Amino acid sequence: MTNIAAIFKKEFRSYFNSPIAYIFITFFLGLSSWLFFRGFFFGNQAEMRLFFVYMPWIFLFFVPAVTMKLWAEEKKIGTIEILMTLPIRDYEVVLGKFFASFALLIVTVLLSLVIPFSVMYVGDPDGGIIITGYIGLLLMGAAYLAIGLCASTLTENQIIAFILGIFTCFVLLIIGEDIVLFNAPDWLFPIFRYLGLGAHYSSILRGVLDSRDIIYYLSVIGFFLYLSTLAVESRKWR
Amino acid sequence: MIEVRELTKSYGPTVAVNRVSFDAHAGEVLGFLGPNGAGKTTTMRILTCYLSADAGSATVAGYDVFEESIEVRKQIGYLPESAPLYTDMGVLEYLNFMTQVRQLPKSQRKERIRSVIDTCGLEGVIQKDIGELSKGYRQRLGLAQSLIHDPPILILDEPTSGLDPNQIIEIRNLIRDIGQEKLVLFSTHILSEVSATCSRVLIINNGEIVANGTPAELASQAKGEEIVHIAIRGPQAAVEAELNELAFVSQWTSVETTNGILAYQISATQESNAAEELFHVVVQNGWSLTELRQESADLEDVFLNLTDKEQTQVQKQQSAEQADDNNDDA
Repeated sequence: MTNIAAIFKKEFRSYFNSPIAYIFITFFLGLSSWLFFRGFFFGNQAEMRLFFVYMPWIFLFFVPAVTMKLWAEEKKIGTIEILMTLPIRDYEVVLGKFFASFALLIVTVLLSLVIPFSVMYVGDPDGGIIITGYIGLLLMGAAYLAIGLCASTLTENQIIAFILGIFTCFVLLIIGEDIVLFNAPDWLFPIFRYLGLGAHYSSILRGVLDSRDIIYYLSVIGFFLYLSTLAVESRKWR
Repeated sequence: MIEVRELTKSYGPTVAVNRVSFDAHAGEVLGFLGPNGAGKTTTMRILTCYLSADAGSATVAGYDVFEESIEVRKQIGYLPESAPLYTDMGVLEYLNFMTQVRQLPKSQRKERIRSVIDTCGLEGVIQKDIGELSKGYRQRLGLAQSLIHDPPILILDEPTSGLDPNQIIEIRNLIRDIGQEKLVLFSTHILSEVSATCSRVLIINNGEIVANGTPAELASQAKGEEIVHIAIRGPQAAVEAELNELAFVSQWTSVETTNGILAYQISATQESNAAEELFHVVVQNGWSLTELRQESADLEDVFLNLTDKEQTQVQKQQSAEQADDNNDDA
C-alpha cells in the first residue's frame, strides 16, 4: 500500500511538474464548455444532457493523452530498469500509475463543476441527474484511463501509445452504438451491446445508477489493468 | 553472496549469456570486463531481477532471483547503464522518492539522503532539476540512488562512462571504499579501470566467461615472452654479434639508429630477467646505455588474447563458409 502511494505521489506530482496537467485541464475545460454553452442558450432548458453526451468523444482524445507517457516514457529513457528492480511488485506500480492518472482526471472533472453551477444560476436543473452523470463520467474516464495505460505498456513510443489508446477506446465505444449494433450479426448483438462503453454510460445518464453498469466499468478497468501488469511482467517470461 | 550457476539467456537466436557460473563474496570488487555486446548488461539485469534467465540459477544473499525476487531486490543497489533518471524531478525530490520506494523508515530518510549526497558529492546541485544536470552529475545521482538504502550488494553497469578523468578517479575511489565491506559488481570495457579498482576480474566474451581471477593472476597467465626495449651507444657490429650470442634472446629487431645510438626491440624468454642481463652485457663491453625498458604483459594482453581468439575463429568460420558458397556457385 505504501508502495502504491509512493508511486502515486511521484506520478501525480510529475503531471504538475510538467506542462501536461495544465494544458490538459485548460483545453479540456475550454473545449467542453464551448461545446456545451454553444447549444445551451438555444435549447432554453436548464439541463446538462448535452454536456454529458459530448463527453465520451472528448475523453476519447484527452484521456489517452494523459496515460500515454506513463510507461512509454519509462521505457524510452530507461528509468523502467531502476523502477522494476525496486522491491515493489509490478501490480503496485501499475496501480500507482493508474490512480495518479485518475486523480488528474478527478481534478479536471471537479473543475468542470463550474458548468453545472452556471446552469443552476440560470435555471433549476435536476440535481440527481447531474450527480449520476458525473459518476458515470468518472467511471467511463477511468475505463479509458485503464485502456490508455495498457496501450502505454506495449510500446516505448508515446505517439503510438496515444493512437493505440484512442483506437481501442474508439472500438469499444462504437460497438455499443445503434448503427453498429443493427448491422452486427445476430450472435454478436448481445455481446456488442454489453461490451460497448457508451451504452452503459447512456443508461447512467438517464439517472439510473444500476449496479450492472458499475460492475461493467469496474470489470473493464480491472481487465485492462490486469493486461497492463501482464505486459509489464512479460519482460520476465521465459 | 552471489552464486551464479549455468546461467543462460538468449534473445531469439542470439545467445546473450551462455552457461555463466561464478561466485562473489562480501568485501570484493568484482569487475565484469568484456567487449560491447558480450553479455555484461544481460547478466546484471538477471541478477537485479529485471529480466529472467532461460536456464540456470542465481542466488543473491541466499535468495533465489526467480523465486524470491522482492527479497533479492532489497539486497541490491543498481545503477543501470547511462544512469536513467526522471528528468522532470528535482534532485532532492528524486532521492526522497527513492527512500519511499526503498521502504526506509521515516526517521532514517533525511539522514540517508544527507549521507548519499555527501558520498556522491551532490551538495552543489540539490536545488536543481535532474534535467539540468550534466552527465557527470547524473551519473553521481544514479550512484546516490543505488546507495540510498545502504545495500550489501551494489551492481553498477559502466559507472564511469561519460565522465571526465577527475570524476572517473573519484568514482573509482568510491567503488574501492564501498568494496571494503560490501560486494561491488561493476562492468566496464575499459581495461585500466579494472586493474585500478577490482580485486577480481571476470572476462566475458560472446556470453561466456573466459577468465576469472585477480588482475595479477590473469596478467601472469598471459606472460609468454618479455619484450625489452634497449638503446645502446656502441659499435653496431659488435653489439649485434653480442645479441646473437645471448641465450635468452629469442629474437631482436633494430628499431632505429640515430647519432650512433642503436635502438633494439628484444624478445626474451620468460623469467630470464632479460633487462638486468642486458644491462650487465652492456657494462661488461664498456658501451653506454641510453634506454632500457621492459614491457610487461598486462591485462590488455589477456583481454586481447581471450577476446580476439574467438572472434578470429568466428571470422575464419565465416570466411570458410563464404568460400564454400563461392564453390557452390562455381
